[in-house]
Amino acid sequence: MNPVQFVLDVLSLGGAYALMALGLVIVYGILRLVNFAYGELIMVSGYTMFLVSGSGLPWLAMAGCGVIMAIAAGIATDYLAFRPVRAKSVTAVLITSFAFSTLLQNAALLFISPRPRAVPLPELFSRTVEFAGVITPVRNLITIAVAVIMLGVFSWLMRSTALGIAMRAAATNFRMARMMGIPANLIISAAFAISGLLAGAVAILWIGRIGTVVPGIGLQPLLIAFIATVIGGMRSLPGAVVGGFLLALIDTALNYTLPQDLLKFRDAFTFSLVILILLWRPEGIVRGPASGQRT
Amino acid sequence: MMARRNWLTFVLLGGVIVLVAVAAELVGDRLLLRITTNLCISMVLVIGLQIFMGNSGILSFAHVGFMGVGAYTSAVLTIPVQMKGMALPNLYPFLADVQMLPVVGMALGGLTAALVAALAVYPLMRLSDAAAVITSFALFVVLHTIMYHWSDVTNGPRTLFGIPGGTTLPLAAGVAIAAVLAALLFKESRVGRLLRASRDDEIAAASLGAHIPRLRWQAFIVSALLAGIGGALWGHFITSFSPKQLWLKETFVILAMLVIGGPRTVTGAVVGVLIVTASFESLRSLEGAINRADILSEPLVGMTELTLAVAMIAVLALRPGGICPSREVGYYLFRRRARGP
Repeated sequence: MNPVQFVLDVLSLGGAYALMALGLVIVYGILRLVNFAYGELIMVSGYTMFLVSGSGLPWLAMAGCGVIMAIAAGIATDYLAFRPVRAKSVTAVLITSFAFSTLLQNAALLFISPRPRAVPLPELFSRTVEFAGVITPVRNLITIAVAVIMLGVFSWLMRSTALGIAMRAAATNFRMARMMGIPANLIISAAFAISGLLAGAVAILWIGRIGTVVPGIGLQPLLIAFIATVIGGMRSLPGAVVGGFLLALIDTALNYTLPQDLLKFRDAFTFSLVILILLWRPEGIVRGPASGQRT
Repeated sequence: MMARRNWLTFVLLGGVIVLVAVAAELVGDRLLLRITTNLCISMVLVIGLQIFMGNSGILSFAHVGFMGVGAYTSAVLTIPVQMKGMALPNLYPFLADVQMLPVVGMALGGLTAALVAALAVYPLMRLSDAAAVITSFALFVVLHTIMYHWSDVTNGPRTLFGIPGGTTLPLAAGVAIAAVLAALLFKESRVGRLLRASRDDEIAAASLGAHIPRLRWQAFIVSALLAGIGGALWGHFITSFSPKQLWLKETFVILAMLVIGGPRTVTGAVVGVLIVTASFESLRSLEGAINRADILSEPLVGMTELTLAVAMIAVLALRPGGICPSREVGYYLFRRRARGP
């Protein structure tokens, strides 16, 4: 095993995982809502790219359409599934997000097709380059670059802009933040929009590995985001990034070392790990801000 | 012991099940019989979920996982010995020579599910809210992964066939009625009352001396027992299945039935199953009719689930407690009669 190869694998997988986890945790941090429909934002983005693929637009514009639709779908989650039941129990919110996920998936089944659909990808995604003595697909390097840029922009947004500071305040103590004059609905919609933006970016990188989109495509990223956020800390944004990279490290290491007949049980191992971590340290590795009640 | 109005609830709900079953038997249409049997099986599963979710207030995703445990246990124990060589060639020798009656297999399937639940979930019962939901989801993924890949026992992702059909409508209806009784008895038992107190106010209940994790654990075991029995009934009903039929779509349907009916009451569970099954079957036959008519270039799929998802969101937004939010049906009738002349 080449160490450079290993590091590149971990970084590119971890970058994608970290973005997935971040999109889930930005909503959870403020609302204590596990958004089960998060995976479907990725699906929406993929299908948008499929639908505009015949239009003759340059690829970047198509990718832009995909990201914009993911953002729109994120905001729609807020309005359709979340806002009507926000003041009610946590359970109600969880069920509506699960229902919304089913709704989007079946809409794709009904209006598009249950069969895989090809998504346009630039030729660059399938090329390989030699980097520090190893041959690696260009898309892995793109993933790393996109992850670095987006994480940088995101941390600047959360640290230095009024919106970011307001969102962090809302995540720490929602009621107090509202009393200070932070508009709750705007903050929540913004969180869903950012979640959609991250899902859109993830969709391009994730579908770039597969090349096609199916109605069930969101499940795998959702599960990954789940594990990563639980490992890293459900309440902490840096925790989500740490969790993403740690999960990528575990996955890659298992891929390199586990024998084939145990490898198929990998999901059972990782999810048992999730249960153990939640029991041993319910806050995850990185502790979030002191808790405040939702709404 | 239950109050009289709860017995009235039991008689009314049991009567509805008997009525539906007898009507289906009298009409005797094969499709209708299948739908009604399926309805009774769903009833067992949904009431099982109600016992945990309704009394503890915690959403559990793992229910279909325990349904699978019951279905596979009963299948492995009842597949005829000569079939086992084909269906499960690598089965462990001590199981290969076992062949039980389906009814015995169902009972053992339920007990195995309860046993797995008893051993696995106690630590999870300390968690509340979102953490509890994520762990139950994680548990579901673990159970599903094991069913999907433990080829020696479950035939892996492939369809497991050769299961003897032992589920008749009278049997399924009988189990459903027993499940209604069990749920009502549990709700009114000491454990059920304390658990409902903890659902409404965790801190107050704990300060009164309620050992919340243990109460939830007891409810979860009863819930898993019914899930296992329901799963086994289902297995002996369709006689061949694969782990893909025990995944998120089934979870969604069962959850929708309970949420639309009202998770806090047994009446709600029964009503939810009846309404959802009725609308589900009519939508599905519509979907089938459109597909047979060949109007569209590709077969229509997903319309049924789509409608159900919209209905579920609408119910939660407009009537968050479901159709029967807090009182059992017997309460209303009993009150009216008590007030009368």
